[in-house]
Amino acid sequence: MSGHASVRPALRFGAAPLWAVSSLAVGVLVLLSVGTGAVPIGVSTVVALLLEPLGRVAEASEVEATVLWALRLPRVLLAAVVGGGLSLAGALTQGLFRNPLADPGLLGVSAGASLAAALALVLGAGALGAWASAAAVSAAAFLGGLAATLLVVAIATVDGRPAVATMLLGGIAVNAMAGAGLGLLLTVADDAQLRSITFWMLGSVAGATWPAVGVAVGAVLLPAVLALRWAGALDAMLLGATDAAMVGVDTVQVQRGVVAVVAIVVGVCTSLCGVVGFLGLVVPHLARLLVGPSHRRLLPMSLILGAGLLTAADLVARVVVAPAELPVGLITTLLGGPFFVGLLLQRRGRA
Amino acid sequence: MIGLLLGVALAGTVTDHRGTSVTASSPQRVVALGGTLTEIVYALGAQAQLAGVDASSVYPQAATEQPQVGYYRQVGAEGLLSLRPDLIIASEDAGPPEALALVEAAGVPLAVLSSEPSVDAAKGRIAAVATLLDREAKGEALVSAMSAALEGLAPAQPRPRVVFLFGRGGGSLLVAGSDTAAAAMIELAGGVSAVSEYSGYRPLTPEALVAADPDVVVSTTRVVEGLGGVEALTAIPALAACRAVLQGRIVVLDDLMMLGFGPRTGEGARRLHEALTP
Repeated sequence: MSGHASVRPALRFGAAPLWAVSSLAVGVLVLLSVGTGAVPIGVSTVVALLLEPLGRVAEASEVEATVLWALRLPRVLLAAVVGGGLSLAGALTQGLFRNPLADPGLLGVSAGASLAAALALVLGAGALGAWASAAAVSAAAFLGGLAATLLVVAIATVDGRPAVATMLLGGIAVNAMAGAGLGLLLTVADDAQLRSITFWMLGSVAGATWPAVGVAVGAVLLPAVLALRWAGALDAMLLGATDAAMVGVDTVQVQRGVVAVVAIVVGVCTSLCGVVGFLGLVVPHLARLLVGPSHRRLLPMSLILGAGLLTAADLVARVVVAPAELPVGLITTLLGGPFFVGLLLQRRGRA
Repeated sequence: MIGLLLGVALAGTVTDHRGTSVTASSPQRVVALGGTLTEIVYALGAQAQLAGVDASSVYPQAATEQPQVGYYRQVGAEGLLSLRPDLIIASEDAGPPEALALVEAAGVPLAVLSSEPSVDAAKGRIAAVATLLDREAKGEALVSAMSAALEGLAPAQPRPRVVFLFGRGGGSLLVAGSDTAAAAMIELAGGVSAVSEYSGYRPLTPEALVAADPDVVVSTTRVVEGLGGVEALTAIPALAACRAVLQGRIVVLDDLMMLGFGPRTGEGARRLHEALTP
């Protein structure tokens, strides 16, 4: 509970340059990503292709045009939106639980989504026939994530009020049950299904399409931006529900709203990209180092940093072993894990 | 490599993949661990001697109705023993080794056969199972039928460049690299793998699929089913941009025919060759 207070901004720029620099960095990362990939496309060709819809004629091969417009651009944009959404959801969850070690996974979203996606992958082929496509797996994952969160909330709701401590325990129980269900499915899956499930659970934005980007902007970015209005209320709630109520915060409404946004944002992100680990846990810490614990700054900074980090991680994922690629969830966890341990050691030294 | 040297000494005795001499005398309760081995038993007409199969035994359809011992890489010793087998024929990939060792220690003859994806290994597997099940004549007939089917598969020039899809790996497609059964089959059919920068089945970055620009896309029935059918397959952006897909050159073969290197290896190679040769 005291975690927030003990973390002070390590870097002290004037506020405005810091925001400008981080936004600019994300922009540069996005452009760098758009210009880099397994198929080499020169900078001038990339620029020409990007300007083509504005009426310019680009001198580029058909392969270059396809790679840039159908594959690379939607992928980079999806990575940015999903990264931002997951990180913001992480910051919201940590605010909700008043615990910097909380992760959106605690609400059961990822576990429920994984179970439902695996169900679609294993039973889908036989039972659903042509419906067992990527879209069906996405839909199943979203519904599974939502169902798991509703279950956690139902367990934790007493007299119409969510009890946050019970929510934590309920989340652990639902996670464990979903994990067991997943294990059961793994025992009946064949080789190909096992591979599909494994890779799905490691996360990837390689399946990005323009419709997916559209869904992500509508169902991730929009709720995420709406959630920014609870920043003040979350700050007040850090002091405890009673104090928050005294300054006029409807804590029940804010808690419900936050849970709903986290469930939708993480559910949609997971259904589009599988399980992308660790962003929701690590990025809010990174943001807190830069701008301090106040949610008014923490939430937007998490959004910006998350967008940059997942874009960068995906760039690594698709370039480092090209023409093969690594699951992006692997990269975020590989990079995020050591960072988090470092953070813990630093804090231990201070205590 | 030992698998290639399957020495057939006396009737009912083979030297298996481990170099162990395994003897069976007219076994009547055989358990097969591995879809290819089950298919061989059926091809030999010896299915009446089967007491159980593993979950990867999906061809022929009748095999799926045999008593199940679970997935061949993860079988249980007690489950195997409960079928009272008098012979277990297992792929070298079957396991865990502890379970198989327990069953062998309980006195059940265990023949471990190579899973190498080559014609010679396929012939070796057929001969070994035929010997163990007293069906040598039928085994020889299957082997010579395979040789006959494989004769005269002259590759088209230039060799068609082929990509083999093995399902989805997260968002990207799992594509066969070198050292895979798929690559061996493509080679056999006169094609050449368009992706050989890595070995095994790995997620191929979508851009690389477009850049590889294969002449033909090959996959298996179950993989295509899992992806939602051929139509869903061709809607995946990276594939939709491929010349092979635009020209409708997608070949779908039965899983075990394409990847099993069992009795239908010759037939599969012939069919693939026809699809690759315009």
